[in-house]
Amino acid sequence: MMHIFRDLQKELGDFVYDAYTHHGDAVAIIDRKAIHEVCSYLRQQKNFDFLFDLTCVDYPDRTPRFEVVYQLHSFATGERLRLKVPVDERDPQVISVSDIWDIANWYEREVWDMFGVRFKGHPDLRRLLMYDEFKGHPLRKDYPITRRQPLVGPDKTNNSVISPTLEQSRQAMDEYVTEENGLKVKHMFLNVGPSHPAMHGVVRIVVELDGEKVVGSDLGIGYLHRSFEKHSESIYYNGVFPYTDRLNYVSPLINNVGYALAVEKLLGIETTERCKFIRMIMCEISRIADHLTCIGAMAMELGAMTAFLYFMEAREAMYQLIEEVTGARVTISYVRVGGVKSEFPDNFEKRVRLQLKSVEEQIDQVHRLLTRNRIFVDRVRDVAVISLDDAISYGFTGPMLRACGSDYDVRKQFSYCNYDQIDFEVPVGENGDVFDRYLVRMEEIEQSIRIIDQAFEKMPAGAIMVDFEGQEIPADKMADLGKFGQTSGLLNQVAVTDPTLLGSNAAFHSQVYTADKRVALPAKEKTYGSIEGLINHFMLIMEGYGIRPPGGEAYVPVEGANGELGFYVVSDGSDKAYRVRCRPPCFSFVAGFSKLIQGGQLADIVPAFGSINMIAGELDR
Amino acid sequence: MTESIGIVLGKLAFVLLFVLNFGGVLTWVERKQSALMQDRIGANRAAIFGFRAIGLFHGIADAVKMFTKESFRPANAEKFIFTLAPAISVFFALIGFAVIPFGDKLLLGGTEINLQLAPLNVGVLYLFAVAGMAVYGVVLGAWASRNNYALLGGLRAAAQMISYEVALGVSIFGCIMIYQTVDLQEIVRWQGGYWGGWLPAWGVFLQPVGFILFLTVGIAETKRIPFDAPEGESEIIGYNLEYSGMGFGMFLLTDFIETVMIAAITVTLFFGGWQVPYLMPDGFHFPWGGTVELANWAVAILQVVSFTFKVIFFLWLQMTIRWTLPRFRYDQIMRLGWKYLLPISLANIVITGFLILMLK
Repeated sequence: MMHIFRDLQKELGDFVYDAYTHHGDAVAIIDRKAIHEVCSYLRQQKNFDFLFDLTCVDYPDRTPRFEVVYQLHSFATGERLRLKVPVDERDPQVISVSDIWDIANWYEREVWDMFGVRFKGHPDLRRLLMYDEFKGHPLRKDYPITRRQPLVGPDKTNNSVISPTLEQSRQAMDEYVTEENGLKVKHMFLNVGPSHPAMHGVVRIVVELDGEKVVGSDLGIGYLHRSFEKHSESIYYNGVFPYTDRLNYVSPLINNVGYALAVEKLLGIETTERCKFIRMIMCEISRIADHLTCIGAMAMELGAMTAFLYFMEAREAMYQLIEEVTGARVTISYVRVGGVKSEFPDNFEKRVRLQLKSVEEQIDQVHRLLTRNRIFVDRVRDVAVISLDDAISYGFTGPMLRACGSDYDVRKQFSYCNYDQIDFEVPVGENGDVFDRYLVRMEEIEQSIRIIDQAFEKMPAGAIMVDFEGQEIPADKMADLGKFGQTSGLLNQVAVTDPTLLGSNAAFHSQVYTADKRVALPAKEKTYGSIEGLINHFMLIMEGYGIRPPGGEAYVPVEGANGELGFYVVSDGSDKAYRVRCRPPCFSFVAGFSKLIQGGQLADIVPAFGSINMIAGELDR
Repeated sequence: MTESIGIVLGKLAFVLLFVLNFGGVLTWVERKQSALMQDRIGANRAAIFGFRAIGLFHGIADAVKMFTKESFRPANAEKFIFTLAPAISVFFALIGFAVIPFGDKLLLGGTEINLQLAPLNVGVLYLFAVAGMAVYGVVLGAWASRNNYALLGGLRAAAQMISYEVALGVSIFGCIMIYQTVDLQEIVRWQGGYWGGWLPAWGVFLQPVGFILFLTVGIAETKRIPFDAPEGESEIIGYNLEYSGMGFGMFLLTDFIETVMIAAITVTLFFGGWQVPYLMPDGFHFPWGGTVELANWAVAILQVVSFTFKVIFFLWLQMTIRWTLPRFRYDQIMRLGWKYLLPISLANIVITGFLILMLK
């Protein structure tokens, strides 16, 4: 990275305050006046063609108060660079980079919405996630988490909230737009969503139609905004996992892993080998479930209900596996900082292989139902096409980007969880249309099956429950004995727990948790049977004494089912994250959706929307 | 033509019950057949006194729900037309059955009963006329709803049904040229002959291309998947978007009745209608020499049963298609209709005419 620092200092040295590497990431602090110049220099001269994240951190005690963070990636060299721009509270304004990267448009809107930092030269600086009437900027530290702003209140009884838009579209519909061959043409404005059968989750698309042709469109998101990032700042590190479950709720395990890896990077710890493979296997099972849902839902919206139900059956098999391990189907909260909650149950490998076989059968059936079906192919081929350059400019990742011809895959580029030990291929499309996205996803399911196969082979063997006579004791009984101080011998006994909690007992603990005492709760036997264990447990559980990573920040990407899912965690040394930023993969797809459907037919919106696999949970956070 | 009022009313009741029951049972078939195809159990919760009858009561439950549900009308809707549209739709779907022959002649107490409700000598033309009117219910209902989605659905429906009407008519000209009649009863009688003494002279063997064209266009006329662009429930929700209660129910019923209708016409034109192979008015005459004598009433019953089973077969076929294929896009439907189905139908006429002249 040094050469980039050097070049940057040489070219624009006056504006670069500082440049250093932090946790292995290159960071440069840039003067806000020069951010546009620096960005266009980096994009044009240094091949940083991909703005994968743009966010902000609020430090009320510092001057300047805000820090806008730009994260760049270069496909040519695989390098990443983080630019930080300090912005003063009195004049919170930065020059917009939305003319350099298309995706910056939406990122900047979000930063404006959440932090109140303005972007000079932005074409359309509206609120993005919050509604127009919202007062204040919720991610600022001085916005209390408990403050409520009901949308429907006593002062909002006159319906003024919705009528301007309706009125506008009505006026617009009364005007003739063009004249063709002596015929006056009116455009129809159609409100697709937020409650519409094809808008899974809730998103609103206002389309301007000329007949059935889409002339223009605008998207409204934020209907499922649940202040994930704000909540994450107010709870201890392990407490964030249930919130991450609710990001992409079709593959929550990947969110869990992404967040855990980010915190682990902050702490500088690595988890055990077996735990890495467990995480990998669970991620791939989730990925299969996610792709099955995406393709199935898309087929259903095209009228192919049967293909949908075949895939739901296959997904059910995946959910059963997830349930066996985690005890839940959707809100799994399985991963912990430094490990995972539990060991695989007995004979899990055998059942996984069995279920994967049934998935393969269903895939075969769906290939026969859809891939060779002329009607389906006609509906999806050359629909919602986007070029590779546009896709990069819009920050596409995952199957969407790979369908355009790039082979970017976080698992290959920034390997985590031992993915570099696995032999798998990254399917790449050519045309960037819905059909290629479909094929890429279908192939990725098969690759995931391959990965799981190999992971089971490479995985170090787990512990076995040692069944000495009279040594086993139910965990709750152990807890009771411990509480009453009858601890003699507890250390040598084995706590018998629920199958989904294997891992909190000594036999399995060291397999699935890191040995780092700053992070991992001790095994139950140690907690109740020894004073060291008890103190360790106490220090981690009590308020103010939890996991306390040293101050700093870390960004870790993982390959979510939809693309790059990144967590940017800032720590101030306390037991709560100072800032948690989630880079949701489908955010960029939705930002670029207007581009996808431009010029297409109204009916094309449906497969196009199905192919981007928008999950409102992670889009709106 | 001297049938008494009583006999006509009897036939009317028979046809109406036949069709409406088929329409009702089809809702059950749709549920159960799709469930079977998709590895599901299907609807089976509706019960009367604890008897579930494999979900058969769901049709009744549906009807009760439709009738008792509020028929909501949007404030901006055109009141009169909005209310009238479903009735138009279901009316024209029903009256088409008047000319479908479901049996030959039945002798009952000395009177000869023609097992066809209205023995029109221009039956085929009548069917076209009725099918042409069916689109009005949809278009008017969509327009009167004053809803952008419904309007789009109505426009699609109008374009699609009018386009396919052309192909529908042209696709069976070949048949009419061979049968030399447009009276449906005569058409069925014509198909009573045999080639080589054993192969029934059904239209499908004479007009295989015509049959496939007609079935395709027919399914398009029913506005069901893969031709359900006017409804397209995941895109534009459909022309019946603003309807609820029985108004919605009537549109739904129309679809099912039209499905039965297409099956009945297909059977009549291409599969010998009520003809049972080797069954003459006085019993079976097998090509290998055996004969089984049957009374006139037994023959009539066999004919009606034969017709029914053929119809059921085509209902099954349509359901299978509906649950297998995805939906066409609107412009693809248009392209298919005008660029493929219509030219092929025209070519079919020319070739048929040429062959008829050659063989004369």
